[in-house]
Amino acid sequence: MIERNFEAFRDPDLAKGLITQIRSRSRRPIRLMEVCGTHTVALFRSGVRSLLPDTIGLLSGPGCPVCVTAQGEIDAFVALAQRPDTIVATFGDLLRVPGSGTTLQAAKGEGADVRIVYSAVDALAFARDNPEKEVVFLGVGFETTAPTIAAAIFSARQSGCMNFSIAAAHKTVPAALGALLGRSDLKVDGLLLPGHVSVMIGVAGYRPFFNASQMPSAITGFEPTDLLMGIAELVTQIETGRPRLYNAYPRAVTEGGNPKAMALLEQVFAPADVPWRGLGRIPASGLVLRPEFERFDAFRRFDIQIVDAPEPKGCACGQILTGTRIPPECPLYKTTCSPIHPVGPCMVSSEGTCAAYYRYHQASS
Amino acid sequence: MTFDKITLDHGSGGKVAHALTADLLLPRFGNPTLTPLNDGAVLTLGGQRLAFSTDTFTVDPLFFPGGDIGELAVNGTVNDVAMCGARPLYLSMGLIIEEGFARRDLERILDSMQRAVGAAGVDVVTGDTKVVPRGAADKLFINTSGVGVIPAGISVGAQGARPGDSILISGTMADHGMTILTQREGLSFEGDLRSDTAALNHLVERMLAVCPDIHVLRDPTRGGVGTTLNEIAQQSQTGIRLREADLPVRPAVAGACELLGFDPLYVANEGKLLAFVPADAADAVLRAMQADINGRDASVIGTVVDDHPGRVYMKTRIGGERIVDMLTGEQLPRIC
Repeated sequence: MIERNFEAFRDPDLAKGLITQIRSRSRRPIRLMEVCGTHTVALFRSGVRSLLPDTIGLLSGPGCPVCVTAQGEIDAFVALAQRPDTIVATFGDLLRVPGSGTTLQAAKGEGADVRIVYSAVDALAFARDNPEKEVVFLGVGFETTAPTIAAAIFSARQSGCMNFSIAAAHKTVPAALGALLGRSDLKVDGLLLPGHVSVMIGVAGYRPFFNASQMPSAITGFEPTDLLMGIAELVTQIETGRPRLYNAYPRAVTEGGNPKAMALLEQVFAPADVPWRGLGRIPASGLVLRPEFERFDAFRRFDIQIVDAPEPKGCACGQILTGTRIPPECPLYKTTCSPIHPVGPCMVSSEGTCAAYYRYHQASS
Repeated sequence: MTFDKITLDHGSGGKVAHALTADLLLPRFGNPTLTPLNDGAVLTLGGQRLAFSTDTFTVDPLFFPGGDIGELAVNGTVNDVAMCGARPLYLSMGLIIEEGFARRDLERILDSMQRAVGAAGVDVVTGDTKVVPRGAADKLFINTSGVGVIPAGISVGAQGARPGDSILISGTMADHGMTILTQREGLSFEGDLRSDTAALNHLVERMLAVCPDIHVLRDPTRGGVGTTLNEIAQQSQTGIRLREADLPVRPAVAGACELLGFDPLYVANEGKLLAFVPADAADAVLRAMQADINGRDASVIGTVVDDHPGRVYMKTRIGGERIVDMLTGEQLPRIC
């Protein structure tokens, strides 16, 4: 059972040992990026941040699926929701993300049929139960969610479900890491790589990126001692000058990942150049439906274009997602932007960097 | 805080809900009895102090493991009255029923209300029934109000927390909220999730019998323990320190929270209370709680401090520290 297994990785003595190790090894100031939003929250919630020496700075990266969804994609989602006789099914945390005009939540308040689901399979069930409606699932997320959506599309095709489609805005992590490390303004000494995505793509999924960048890297889990093990590994790599791609989450992540899930993903989706909030358009970093599945493409079916839309004025989400600024350095943070009235998506998602800072980073304010 | 339309966040019990109360309700109706925003109003009539409270219940699904909307409607108001330190005596009951609702379901709900009323030892003394056209309400809404008598010498209220107080909880967190969520969404988890709905008035009587000087009693319903503790810290202008390792959560509930990215500190309870008691009485109160069926898993979870008035901090399991803020809006399940 999941919860019983957690306990061993929250052991205070094990954690103390790792903290001592990190403190004794860490000499020069370094900046580590946790790529994944779940890591950002876990680092705050577990209190790990409060226990690290001053030499270690933590930056949040572009690994929050809602946060990197481009403004134009949100606008397209809202346009889909505002169509008549349409049910839009979505993961919960997209509801409050502001597009150029409005949010899915506000559209819902004005009568749009927007429903929260936990998987694309639930959305497919809506389609079967409501044959007179069009059901559109908003496909957001990384390699973690994309295979389940591929499975739903397969199932829809097999059962001849004609009123189900996907608004695909998926993104892939290694491509984004490559683009991120190519930026001249990025000052990062090591990466905590996302555990969930790694379960799917495996250690092998990062090899091309690591071989090209030689950036110290540790695939890291989400429990307190997982986080500390990842950080300890990166400190050692950096202090010894020996970068490597290390799997600090071996109980969940294998070299090859989940080949079945990835094969399913590749059957349904093809890589595409897509826009990321804050990072711009990145070659081959998104997933679009392959031509043989294009009748499930909601954008095509309803002729909705994703238009590049300017990001909100003053919002530093772009720089925050790339680790070049932290939330308190954004002029909107806690002034006009809060979880109640978010301006940018980093404040909306519970795993967004700004929301995490807002909730947990108040000790000094 | 400006808004044009009411959203579900306004009903979440968190910051957004507080803003609605502060912006729209208090300016119109504020008075010395209402403005402290305790669970119930404390009134003095003919020399007798009374507690008076009202609550409206909507829940989807109407029936869930551990209870149903009827039981919830009785227990919720009984608890709000009991949290004023009062002995609940009388309830009112208002039903709003959607056209077409099954008689069988209504009877089942009324039967469970009857059982809940009996268990709490209160009487329903007035009521009202409305039927609305199909679509004008979601199956069944219930309003209950309750009145109780506050014994002499008892003075509990959210502004009463004092530095040095021990903070006790009567049992595990987040059972109700996670049960409803997983039922509503058709998610199944290993290990049974059950709502904790229960009337806590008898538990409160036991506690007050061993310590009439209990400073604060609150039932952490919507918004959960985290939000309720923030309200108490703000209303009493004291700081609160929690210990994560002492927070009781059932393993199955913890697992469901992990999976959905929820923090059990912000998930609703319907049969738990938080008590702030003088440190030297904490052991006696704890023992009294553990002797009651609704307090078997009671524990001490923190203390009240002079530092950081209005704020709640928590020592994490691994010895770190973090702030526990008030819930902002409804928690939404995360993507991955």
